[in-house]
This record gives sequence, structure tokens and C-alpha cells, in this order.
Amino acid sequence: MSGTRALLEVQDLQIDIVSAKHRHNVVENVSFTIDHGETFGLVGESGCGKSITALAMIGLLRSPLVISSGSIRFRDRELRGLPERELRKLRGNRIAMIFQEPMTALNPVSPVGRQIAEMFVLHQGATWHEAERKAVEALASVQVPAPEQRVKSYPHEMSGGMRQRIMIAIALACKPDLLIADEPTTALDVTVQAEILKLMKELCSARGTAVLMISHDLGVIAKMCRNVGIMYAGHLVEQRPVEAIFRSPSHPYTNGLLNSLPRLGSRGIHGRKRLQEITGVVPSISAFPAGCRFQPRCERASALCATTQPDQADLGDEGYVRCFHHG
Amino acid sequence: MGLRLNLVLGGTLCLIVIVAAVLAPWLTPLSPVMDADLMNAELPPSAEFWFGTDAQGRDVFTRILYGARVSLTVGIGSQLINTTIGLILGISAGYFGGWWDDLVNGLTNLMLSVPSLIFALAIMAVLGPGLSSLLIALGLTNWSWTCRIARSSTLSLKSQSYVQAAKTLGYSDFRIMLTQILPNIVGPVLVIATLGMGDAILAEAALSFLGLGIQPPQPSWGNMLTDARELIAIAPWVAIFPGLAIFMTVLGLNLFGDGLRDWLDPHMRTRPV
Amino acid sequence: MLRFILRRLLQMVPTVIAVSLLIFIIFSVVPGSIASSMIADGRGANDPELIERLNREFGLDRPVHVRFGDYIWNLAQFDLGTSFRTRQPVTELIGERIWPTLKLAIAAMCVAIAIGLPLGFFAAMRPGSLLDSITMVGAVSGLSVPQFWLGLLAMYLFALTLGWLPSFGYGEGGLRNLVLPALTLGVGPMALLARTTRAAVLEVMSTDFIRTARSKGMSSFRLVKWHVTRNALVLIITTLGLQFGSMMGQAVVVEKLFSWPGLGSLLIDSVGLRDIPVVQGSILVLVLCFLVINTVVDVLYAVIDPRISHG
Repeated sequence: MSGTRALLEVQDLQIDIVSAKHRHNVVENVSFTIDHGETFGLVGESGCGKSITALAMIGLLRSPLVISSGSIRFRDRELRGLPERELRKLRGNRIAMIFQEPMTALNPVSPVGRQIAEMFVLHQGATWHEAERKAVEALASVQVPAPEQRVKSYPHEMSGGMRQRIMIAIALACKPDLLIADEPTTALDVTVQAEILKLMKELCSARGTAVLMISHDLGVIAKMCRNVGIMYAGHLVEQRPVEAIFRSPSHPYTNGLLNSLPRLGSRGIHGRKRLQEITGVVPSISAFPAGCRFQPRCERASALCATTQPDQADLGDEGYVRCFHHG
Repeated sequence: MGLRLNLVLGGTLCLIVIVAAVLAPWLTPLSPVMDADLMNAELPPSAEFWFGTDAQGRDVFTRILYGARVSLTVGIGSQLINTTIGLILGISAGYFGGWWDDLVNGLTNLMLSVPSLIFALAIMAVLGPGLSSLLIALGLTNWSWTCRIARSSTLSLKSQSYVQAAKTLGYSDFRIMLTQILPNIVGPVLVIATLGMGDAILAEAALSFLGLGIQPPQPSWGNMLTDARELIAIAPWVAIFPGLAIFMTVLGLNLFGDGLRDWLDPHMRTRPV
Repeated sequence: MLRFILRRLLQMVPTVIAVSLLIFIIFSVVPGSIASSMIADGRGANDPELIERLNREFGLDRPVHVRFGDYIWNLAQFDLGTSFRTRQPVTELIGERIWPTLKLAIAAMCVAIAIGLPLGFFAAMRPGSLLDSITMVGAVSGLSVPQFWLGLLAMYLFALTLGWLPSFGYGEGGLRNLVLPALTLGVGPMALLARTTRAAVLEVMSTDFIRTARSKGMSSFRLVKWHVTRNALVLIITTLGLQFGSMMGQAVVVEKLFSWPGLGSLLIDSVGLRDIPVVQGSILVLVLCFLVINTVVDVLYAVIDPRISHG
């Protein structure tokens, strides 16, 4: 461990989508830090820029997406502008990633054991023979039954939950410092979801792996994370410890998100209150409003919100919010 | 290649061929068959004979203009037959299903397992040479892709609500197929027909080259090349220009077809072979 | 896997029977007596006695269904009948010609694969680049050009003008005679292969599992070697199989152009001589070649893609 500094520090990250004629902003002013072994959650609706932010962490943004400013420091090393060769050494090895779609994220014509073994060949200089043996161990560690036989299976012979276990085995194969999990359970059945989350939590805390957990589901985040950032239309609008968010959401959007969550037993307290939804739709990338991006849908919006972007307002509990009318 | 470029370039090439075919008698004072003159045999291209002359002293340019008529007739005619067969079989099979669908499916697979040029060759061998034989041979052997597309589109359209609604309203099956299903598959079928026209023109050239298609002295781009094979050493222009005409025409049709396909549906990538 | 191969071979049987029936129908049920067309090319007047004698000799006077029964029965014993002209067994005539045709087809396919595959591949690696544009323009041109015309021009240039290669014939069966016909026949499949490969590689490159592979931290070289190639081949191989079909057709034309002593030349010569058993037999064999190749391709497909033989 490299002392007291955070594992990952993202400062004022800005990502644009660039075409010959246009340049649209997708992610702006995003800053957060993740400590060693910490699980950080990033929440937002689809299209809010959370997956793009995640891809930027691992250097996988492809044209037309570009990082136009800000910095991403991983273990005190700036990732922006790092040559591809150096990035490759980090990718998979120190920073690993799990994707949303277990159905399509694995190569259909390659046995899963081999897809795990690749990690050892790539990053630990293992021979294929050693790597295949380690792949069996990796499969066993994600609690796949009969790993010796399973390594020879193809993805299409497995269930979604099983494939996601394979993805976890691949991601954690080299004991990375940071695991980026982009909606890892969204495509799975609810019962399987819980198992996969539990498995991730156990494995990561055992290995001391920090997790950047991306989800649209606050319930998932609540189970997994210490700190959470709420993203809306490319802005990080609120960032706080999980308990604080649930206890007293500060940003009106966070408030809206929480109100749209069904709560067990809530009927007893509030009676037959319907789940609330946030009115309006997320603006498209080409039509972000000038001021606060949530302002068109916001109940608290004032004239100021339409013209000026709110700065970070520190809240007492190590968190901040970007809203003129937070409360 | 840009979408527009394909359509414009392909369309222009096709238009040139159509103009040449339609206006042939006005574009050249000579006759493609009668104006043979052994005194002028095998002359290289010149101001008088733009593309040179052949072994009988006939103007190659004139013969190419008239040859365009054959190629276009064969291309359009055979595709009309193919498309009609493919549509009727495909739509009815998809619509009615059951044993008829199985039969059509089997027939389509059979057609796909026989190389179409060889199939056409067999028919030509039996029917003997000539334009009508060509139309039959090429019109009967290349409908399987149209049929497949028509069938699969009909299958997916059949369950759509507006087709179901038409049924409930008591429309006849024939009327539903004609007014509800056919208009929806015109696009892809048009693409296949355009590309198929190019294939038919290539096949006509090959069959005529083999002596099974259009018979001399009637000019066709294919049979002009048969003569050219004998003359290649002394009069290469007799070979170059008819082949160039075929190439440009088929290129035009292929570009136009590709452009049409991209325009209709950017995702429909695979080209039926 | 063995079960898959067996199943696929069994599936061939009805197709072979259907194809045989189709060819029989074309040659037997179509109007016009074979005997009369045989002598109509100037070899004697329209002599009813002669027609009757020929009909009897070749068994053409019997009803269609009896002839079909015989035809199938003989086919099952690999008997394709006797040539009207040379009185030799058709199988013997075809046997002499089949190797040159296969040699030509295989050589052409090798040319197509050796050039088309890498071209399409590198074009897809750099979409929009100069190489990509050239490949795509070349591919659509290659699909539009009459191959035998290209062959004719190549004959003029490399054989007659430069004198590097023989202009026609089989020679001693050596490589020099094979070059021009194989290149000519290879142009079409080459163009199609370049196009299909490019589309296939582009499609694979945009999949989720390629993103996963990138996130593992592998170089482009390994990405292609470990994940792209095999998946792209799955898409390419179907086209390759179908392509053999149009190649069998084009082979006839190319053989005629280069006076190549294969099945195609035999077929065309026999059409000219109205030697129906030979025409029928060589067409059947050409189609069978295609069927066999397609079956081989299907098996290859199953070897490459585990989803096929399992499902």
C-alpha cells in the first residue's frame, strides 16, 4: 500500500463526444476519491454518464468519446496521457472491470477456463498449462461447482448467474487494487443478484480490493457501499456517505430517486401512498440546459438555476451537494 | 463509400446503359448485323470506328449499343420472373404455413443447393439457345433469396396487430397479402432484384460466351467476347470494349443496389450471393 | 461431434435424391425428343426410322416413370449411363475430367483466401483508411466484372504479349498452366471474401466480449489472435461455402476459355454434341461436388463454433 493517499482520485473529469461538426459534453466536473479497500457507489439513470466515467477509469473510451480535461490519478500515477503500453499493464491486472451483460460479455467460442487463464498469461507470465490450473482455482473461488469440469464449458452452456461468476473470476484473477463493476447484477434474477453481490463483497474484502460500484439501483448501492455519488446528466450532483444520503437526501434529484424506491414496511407508516416518480425526462446530450442540468425537472428551481451552474456546497458529513436550494 | 455516392454513381451508370439501349438506332447510323465489310475488318479504334471493328468489319461501338438491349432485356426480364416467383411462393408459404410452407422451404433449399449458373446451363442445354430460353433459364433459377426474405417478413408481419385487425375485418387472404404484407417487403426485394439483375447480366454474358445464349450474328456482349477470344492477339479492342460494357453495367447495378440497401436499412449488411 | 457429422451426412441423402430428380425432370420431361434433337444438327434428315432405332437403343421409348426408376437404380450403383457419341460409360469420361476441375477450383479458392481474407481483415482494422477504401472499391469491382473477360485480358497480357505463361491448355498438369485459370476463377470469391471478412471483423470488433477482452489489458495483436479471428471465421465460413457454388458455375466458363480439360469443358462440348447422358452426368457431378463441399463447410463451422454441434 502506498501510504495514506487515496487509491483513486478523480479531479474535475470532463468527457466530450466529438464529431467532425459538433462537440457535446457528456460528463463534466466529476470528482471523487476511492480509498484502498473502499467500496464507492455511483448512481444515476441510464445515460447519465456513469458507465462512460467507468470506462474512462480503465482507459477504454473509444472515439468519438474523449477526456477533454481533468485528471485521474491511480496510486499516485496520472492515467490521462499514459501510453497504451503502460495502461495495458494496469488494465485487468491492477484495475479490473465487470460488465452488465453476462450473456454477451464472454467470448462465445472459447471455453471459460481459457478466458480466465488468459489473465495469468497476460499479467503473470504464466504458461498456458499453469494458467489453466490456476483457472480451476479461480473458478473454485467464485463458488462454481465442479470447477475441473466447468473450465471446459462454453458460455452458452451456463446460466446468467454462472457467467457473471466467471466474469468475477476473470476480474479478480490478478487480485486487482480496484474493481469497476458496471451494473453487475442488473441483468440477473433477483435471487441470483443477492448471491452475486454477496460473493463480490466477500471476495473483495478478503483481497482488500476497492470497488467502484455503478448502478441505477440505490438498493444495491446501500448494501455494498460506504460512500455514494449521485450522477445526473453528466454531473455529480451529490456525494456523501450512504447512511447520510438515505437519512437526509440533500439534492432534489436524490430526493426524487429515494421517493421512487419501494420500501419494505413503508405501507404501515404512510398508508397506501403511491411510489413517486420524477416528472419529465433526462435531457439529451445535445440539449443540456445552461445552468443546473436538473433545473427543468426540479420543483425548487429558481431563476438563478436556469443561468448558473451551482458550485459544490460542503455538507457537514464529509459530503457535498451541487444545488442552490439544497436541504 | 458514402451512401449518396453509391446511389448517384450507380444510377448514372445504369442510366447510361438504358439510354444506349433505347436510343441505339439514333446514336449510330450503322446496323449491328448488316453493315459487315470485310475491307474494314479488324480496324483499331479511330474517329470513324470509335471502338474499332471486328473480324467481319462490323463497328464494335454499334454492336455494343445494340448489345445493351439484350443485356437489359435479360436483366430486367429474368428478374421480373424471379421476383414474381419468389414473392408468390414466399408470401403464400409464410402466410398459410403448414405443408405448403414445408414444400416451398424444401424447394428453396433445393434451389440453393444447385449452383444457379449450372442450373441455367442445364435448362439452356435442353431448350436450345435464344433470348426466350435465356429469360426462362435465368428467370427460373434465382428466386430463392427473394422467396426467403418474403417468407420470413411475412411470418413476422402476420402476427402484427394491423394484419390481425384486417383479418378480423373480414378481408380476404389475397387482399391482406396484397395490401398489408407486400408493401412492407418491397424495399428488400427491390434490393435483391437490383443485385440479381447484375448477376443475370453476368450469367447471360457467360452463357452467350459459351455459345448457349444469344446466337451470332445478333450482337450480345457475351457472344462478342466469343469471337474476341480468337482475335485477342491481333485485335484486342474487340475483347476490351464489350467486357468493359458488361463491367460498367453490372458495377452500376451493384453500386445502386448497395446504396439502395444502405438507404433502406443500414443494418441489413449481408449480401445474398 | 461425430454424431453431428453423421447427422449432416444423412441430411445430404434427400438433397441428393431431390437434385437427381430435378436434373432428370429437366432432361426427360421437357418437350422435344432427345433422339430428334440429336440428329437435327445435320447428321441426317429427319428420318423416322432412325429416330425410332435410336430411341430403342437408348431405351428412350419407355415411359418416363420406368426411365426414372432405372436412372435412380443406376445412380445408386454409380452408373451414369453410356455416352450417345463415344459409347463409353459416362462415369469413365467424367472420371478422367474431374481431377483437373477440382485442382482448378481448389487453386482458385486458395488464391481467393490468400488475398481476400487478409485484405478484408486489414481493411476492417483501419476502417476509413486508404487501404480500406481501395479494398472496398476493388471488392465491388471484382463482384461486377465478368471473370472470363478478365481471364481473356490476362491471357492477352501475360501469355500473348509478355509470354510469361502458357495461354491455354493443361500442359503436363504443371503449375505454369494452372496460374492464369486459377487467378481468373479466384477473382469473384476473392472480392466477396474481402467484403465478407471486413464486415465480419467489424461486427466482431463491436461486440461486448471484445470490450471485455480489452479490459483484460491485452494488446491488439492478442485481441485479434485470441478473440477476433475465430469469431469472424464463424461468419466468414458460411459465405465461403456458398461461394463454391457460384465457383462451380464460373469454372465451366473459365475451363472453356483456357481449354482446360475439366468437367466444364466436357459439359459444354457435350451440349454441343447433344450427348445428353454426358451432359446430365457432368451436371450431376458438379452439383454433387458443391453439396459435398457445403457439408464439409458445415462440419468446419461446427468445429469452430461450439454452439452449433451442441444445439
